[in-house]
Amino acid sequence: MISREEIRTIANNGIWKQNTSIVQILGLCPLLAVTTNAVNGIMLSLATIIVMALSNVAVASLRNFIPHEIRIPVFILIVAALVTVVDLLFNANLHELYLVLGIFIPLIVTNCIVLARVESFAAKNPPLQSTFDGVFMGIGMLWTLAVLGAMRELLGSGTLLGGIDMVFPSIQPIQLLPESYPGFLLALLPPGAFILLGCMIAWKNWMDARAAEKAKRKPPVPAEVFGCN
Amino acid sequence: MFAPAPFLLKNVSVSKVMTEVCLALLPAIVVYSWLVTPAILAQLVIATLAALLAEAAMLRVQGRPVGMFLTDGSAVVTAWLIALTFPPLAPWWLVATGTVFAIVVAKHLYGGLGQNPFNPAMVAFAACIVSFPALMSQWPTAGLQLGFGEQLQVILGLAPRVDALSGATPLDALKTALKLSEDSVSVVQLLANQEIYGNFAGRGWEWVAAAYLLGGLWLWQRKLITWHAPFAFLAGFSIISGALWLYNPAQFANPLFHLLSGGTMIGAFFIVTDPVSGCTTPRGKLIFGASAGLLAYIIRVFGGYPDGVAFAVLLLNLCAPVIDLLTQPAIFGMKDKS
Repeated sequence: MISREEIRTIANNGIWKQNTSIVQILGLCPLLAVTTNAVNGIMLSLATIIVMALSNVAVASLRNFIPHEIRIPVFILIVAALVTVVDLLFNANLHELYLVLGIFIPLIVTNCIVLARVESFAAKNPPLQSTFDGVFMGIGMLWTLAVLGAMRELLGSGTLLGGIDMVFPSIQPIQLLPESYPGFLLALLPPGAFILLGCMIAWKNWMDARAAEKAKRKPPVPAEVFGCN
Repeated sequence: MFAPAPFLLKNVSVSKVMTEVCLALLPAIVVYSWLVTPAILAQLVIATLAALLAEAAMLRVQGRPVGMFLTDGSAVVTAWLIALTFPPLAPWWLVATGTVFAIVVAKHLYGGLGQNPFNPAMVAFAACIVSFPALMSQWPTAGLQLGFGEQLQVILGLAPRVDALSGATPLDALKTALKLSEDSVSVVQLLANQEIYGNFAGRGWEWVAAAYLLGGLWLWQRKLITWHAPFAFLAGFSIISGALWLYNPAQFANPLFHLLSGGTMIGAFFIVTDPVSGCTTPRGKLIFGASAGLLAYIIRVFGGYPDGVAFAVLLLNLCAPVIDLLTQPAIFGMKDKS
């Protein structure tokens, strides 16, 4: 079984400490190509979360039966089968969005985030922990891609949640800046993604540095505070 | 980046150098505002204000001494170069965006004064022409009949932007005319139109270019720049444009046209001579200048953008460290490099 402390560690690792996009800097190709708006980033991340959760649980359950020498091809086969399922699901239910995301859904199979989690976590840990790891790593990717997509969209075209009507037909994109906003096209182009991703990494490092400084300055907490449950 | 030995100490400060560069730009600014449009003065003010604000904000965020760096004049030089390369009737926010981008991204994110691998003014130009291609290619037409007050209103967005106000640069006009005519008109016939192309390269603009040349020669005389980079840049430009002109004078404009139009002169004396983002060894400067000139001509004539100087300089900025490394001169007193 899994303890609450374990879940907390896994969640903290996935969402902040080992964040795929701003710490491990993995999966840059879909990150650059897809985050031209928040909705695309979120939807691709959701697809990746499903794949990661399923592939982690599959690999973790089979980890004792997979010969160590050929583990990578076996992992890829498992991931590819799951990606095909997600790909067909998107194609059937969210067809317009599927056309926008295009090649990047099938390409989840080659996404190093998925293989990295399978190899470094699921192959060594029980299925339950691995499922949580896949989900939280995916959530880490989700929020970074959502923030990056929202920033690029706002700077580049002045809207927010553009393309949301492809997921929920009843909701319309929000025009945050006035119609006459000319649009800073650079933000929508790959250099803009690199610059803004760099800013996010800097922000994350700054937050960590500040937290570390605070922890150093604070006097040690008395022991009895911990035992209040 | 270090200059090769011998190291001689000269009594120059950053602010002194920057002041002299600004002085060298003055003749061009005077000619520009007199022959082309006085709106450039407004753009210079906007760019300077934006640069100083961005510089102060970035210095404050980094916790560096604001007063000392703010008064060194480097931000002002960047701002002036940006204002001079942007269309003079562009809305105020365009030049402000370019300047802030140059100071924040191209200068301070790379470590501030003396640390930037790319020329900030050219980064601003490239970022804006990629982002706002339409506004960046609207230049005042040759016979612009508009008072300074009305031009100010256009810049500040108080008066509507009428397309008739602005056209292409002489350089762009020539390229478009050639493309549209599909070889039925020769360059010689087109250049005969003095309304647009003046005597040599562009009505008004040719004298602005001459004023840049004057300012540049003064900088050289003051020993703030060496002759290598500007000479090589102009030579590279002349050689390729001369060769193609001799090959087919009906399709390629003469070298003088290319030397006096677009950003050639300001590029030669104020951009490729940048001591930070350019090369530092004498041979390196020659290679840097000549390659930038060749590349700028190719992008200008065969590319889709109105001018190629900015992109050529940025690409060469990337190569500058390697060129410097490979062109290290022999150490003083030694026979060869070892």
